[in-house]
Amino acid sequence: MIEIENVHKSFGALEVLKGINLTVDKGEVVSVIGGSGSGKSTLLTCINGLEPIDSGRILVDGTEVHAKTTDLNLLRRKIGIVFQQFNAFPHLTVLENVTLAPRKVKGMSRRDAEEIAVQQLSHVGLADKLKVYPNRLSGGQQQRMAIARALAMSPDYMLFDEVTSALDPQLVGEVLDTLKMLADDGMTMICVTHEMSFARDVSNRVAFFHKGVMAEIGPPEQIFGDAQHEETRNFLSSVR
Amino acid sequence: MFETSLSFNDILFLIRGAGVTLSITILAVVGGTLLGLLFGVLRSHVSPWLTLPLVFVLDIFRSVPLLIQLILANAFQAIAGLQLSPFVTSCVVLALYTSAYCTEIVRGAIDAVPVVTRRAARSLGLSWGQDMTQIVFPMALRVALPSWIGLTLGVMKDSALVLWLGIIELLRASQILVTRLQEPMFILLITGAIYFALSFPIARLGGRLEKRWQEND
Repeated sequence: MIEIENVHKSFGALEVLKGINLTVDKGEVVSVIGGSGSGKSTLLTCINGLEPIDSGRILVDGTEVHAKTTDLNLLRRKIGIVFQQFNAFPHLTVLENVTLAPRKVKGMSRRDAEEIAVQQLSHVGLADKLKVYPNRLSGGQQQRMAIARALAMSPDYMLFDEVTSALDPQLVGEVLDTLKMLADDGMTMICVTHEMSFARDVSNRVAFFHKGVMAEIGPPEQIFGDAQHEETRNFLSSVR
Repeated sequence: MFETSLSFNDILFLIRGAGVTLSITILAVVGGTLLGLLFGVLRSHVSPWLTLPLVFVLDIFRSVPLLIQLILANAFQAIAGLQLSPFVTSCVVLALYTSAYCTEIVRGAIDAVPVVTRRAARSLGLSWGQDMTQIVFPMALRVALPSWIGLTLGVMKDSALVLWLGIIELLRASQILVTRLQEPMFILLITGAIYFALSFPIARLGGRLEKRWQEND
């Protein structure tokens, strides 16, 4: 379970998160929507401790992420994250990209790590690209590789930060299909997304962020059919 | 018909000089690179204010002509009673001189690794050290290599200045032969060829590595 309690976060004078409260249960898929600069992506990087927070707290399975005593490297094994930019490790093959963390962080043997990597890469449809370097992959393939790379650590939670935003439109589908497949497998996911149909069809709950505040959260039917807040309605009418 | 009084022993004399040039270069480049790595990592990770004194010192090594550095260092070590041989003094000065340039090469190369790539590595649970060794250094190496090769070749040629401390390296050896045999053109031609023979493998190695990496990246 991920528990976010009254989290505040500023970059300099700009307060990007103004008291966020959100609990995500095991197996749940929560989509986060909202305009740019609403704090959605920052929240994700706070959850796995890449960004410090100013006040409040975030608990992952009861462990406080920003406590001084927390071993972040250990905690991050539980939390996979995929970013908007494709950040393949360019000097490593697809297979090596995926086996790196299991080997170095979990201390797996090369053979065990490769077994898991092949499994995960097949899962995302990249079984034929194992020996290829990332620059030979399309954007969609690079994103799917990044997903496989995160999954190879067998995380309990997956965070997706606008993973389709930097893709050519015709490549968005393949990545969204991968996310849907993961949701069907029961993965706990928080997806920051601009893909409204994805948010509507796949998530259990949809959260709408506006200017650093979670203005509204509810089942997709509520958000897309009967939004309570005017800001939500305005946003949705602007993206449709 | 071409005639020369250059004997086989004279050629050996030049080759011995080349050996000295090569030893000084290797020691200076190895020492300078290790220091440059350390300083470069500091420069890219520690706040600029804290590294200000370091930057200042390195700037001195980059701005003062190497010849002046060598002569001053040799004089100071004598005054301080360190009793260092000219060879050791030369290696130390050249290593510091190399490190001053290498620091900036390393810093630039580390800074060229995208922040998001490093975030991705850390988000997988890699520690700072693992991120550095597995991701940052391999990626930075590709950026740094051409400049580093250039630096190494430059240091090899600059090492000729140690002749002012009385060390008989390749250039000094050639000067001695020129004085004795009065055949400057021919001797300098051979000396130049030896410098080239020393440099060429290094330049080629760099070229080959770059080509291999380019196929992937």
